[in-house]
Amino acid sequence: MASEREKPDSKTVTLRHKHPLAIRWFHWLNFPLLTVMIWSGLLIYWANDVYHIGIGTWTWFEFFPDAFYKKLGVPQRLAEGMALHFAFMWLFAINGLAYVLYLSISGQWRCLLPKKKSWGEAWAVFLHDLYLRKTALPQGKYNAAQRISYTAVILMAGGSVLTGLAIYKPVQAGWLTALLGGYQTARFLHFWLTIGFCAFFIIHILQVIRAGYNAFRAVITGWEIAPQAKEKPEETLSDNAGNP
Amino acid sequence: MNIDPEKSEVREETVDADSARWMSRRSYLTLLAGFAGSVAGWKWLKSTSKTDNTPWPLREAFQFNEKVSNAVYSPERLSPTFPESRIDPPRQNGIIGLQTAFDPVTWRLRVSGLRDGAPAEFSLAEIKAMPRTEVVTELRCIEGWSLVVKWAGVAMKDLVKLHPHREDAGFLGATTPDGEYYVGLDLPVALHPQTLLCYEMNDEPLSYPHGAPLRLAVPGAYGIKHLKRMGSMAFAAERPPDYWAERGYDYYSAQ
Repeated sequence: MASEREKPDSKTVTLRHKHPLAIRWFHWLNFPLLTVMIWSGLLIYWANDVYHIGIGTWTWFEFFPDAFYKKLGVPQRLAEGMALHFAFMWLFAINGLAYVLYLSISGQWRCLLPKKKSWGEAWAVFLHDLYLRKTALPQGKYNAAQRISYTAVILMAGGSVLTGLAIYKPVQAGWLTALLGGYQTARFLHFWLTIGFCAFFIIHILQVIRAGYNAFRAVITGWEIAPQAKEKPEETLSDNAGNP
Repeated sequence: MNIDPEKSEVREETVDADSARWMSRRSYLTLLAGFAGSVAGWKWLKSTSKTDNTPWPLREAFQFNEKVSNAVYSPERLSPTFPESRIDPPRQNGIIGLQTAFDPVTWRLRVSGLRDGAPAEFSLAEIKAMPRTEVVTELRCIEGWSLVVKWAGVAMKDLVKLHPHREDAGFLGATTPDGEYYVGLDLPVALHPQTLLCYEMNDEPLSYPHGAPLRLAVPGAYGIKHLKRMGSMAFAAERPPDYWAERGYDYYSAQ
């Protein structure tokens, strides 16, 4: 990460605005809301925990082992899970919708949506993240892999809301349930999208740790401390210069 | 395109380090307050008094959801139907209300809340003489599993044509003969075209574990509303009691 220390002989720092206030609010509101949705979803799922990874009857991993449930105190809380899930679903959906609306109206979507070259670049980012490539690609607010994953997670959230509605109202929203392949298919997708969020969360945390404090603080304060002008690599200013 | 939309977003300003530190601290305090507020809110939610075994704010949410559901409800939307080849082996999932001895010979369905005022009683033969409806559809349990079942019986809407309910009825309550299990349905759900007083399941007379001689089949709602071994039912202006709603579940439970 770029140096964030101010010069020892200087009392000034250059702040670069990165994340608008609205996005920071959506992000940090989403954190507890998604946590409650996943937790209450687990309380519900326990009542009929049918999914596993394996082939046929052979199971490599079952969702979830009894010890896991016991440790978390999950068993026998279906009613509570449903009550939480069907209350917090509104807040989760509203916050997500507000985020998407804000992205589209403010133009922030330009920083977020993958570009044509993102798909190729993401591979370079991937190699760099695994220490298999020395140099990082120049980037704007988000690198190519971030663009893809942050867009994917929005689509996943939309998918969770739709599959959720399909299993919540399979008669009144029967057209949607049918479109998603039926009740059990919608439930299957709803489950795996949740596993997807958990996987996203783990990778997200690891990447935040790697990206360093300057990037983390920016999601809280909105700005990061710009590298000193003389050290500033040319690319960071002229990134995307080749973008059509 | 010459203008890069992203670059126009880059705003920089130079401030002295102290004020940067202060701005940073202020943001962290806001976040911290937010988390403290979330934890406090969660604890408050858990500590609120319970209405039917659910914290009252969550019970309110159930009722709000019910209002939304009712506002967009259409009886024309049917539970999806399947070819008979898709019928699954049945699964028995509840014995509440089935554990008291009862005499199937003297059994009668008692119906009250009718327009005429006096309750009516029907033998199984009388019920079978009413128009018959069959439907092959999903039974969806609140736990998450579902099965395709073929139900046959009298559609509630057909029974109501023959024996109209009181005009102020908003609900239908039903109980087992021993009163151990009981459900309440919003009237539109009770009169959904697929709601049956069911005496046949998968082309066979209803077995006792599945609710002989007569049970409810409510494809528009969760399995918990499919009361077995029906003893009596009553059209009512006020909400009848509901076994699982009293234990923390959503009263409405219509899908």
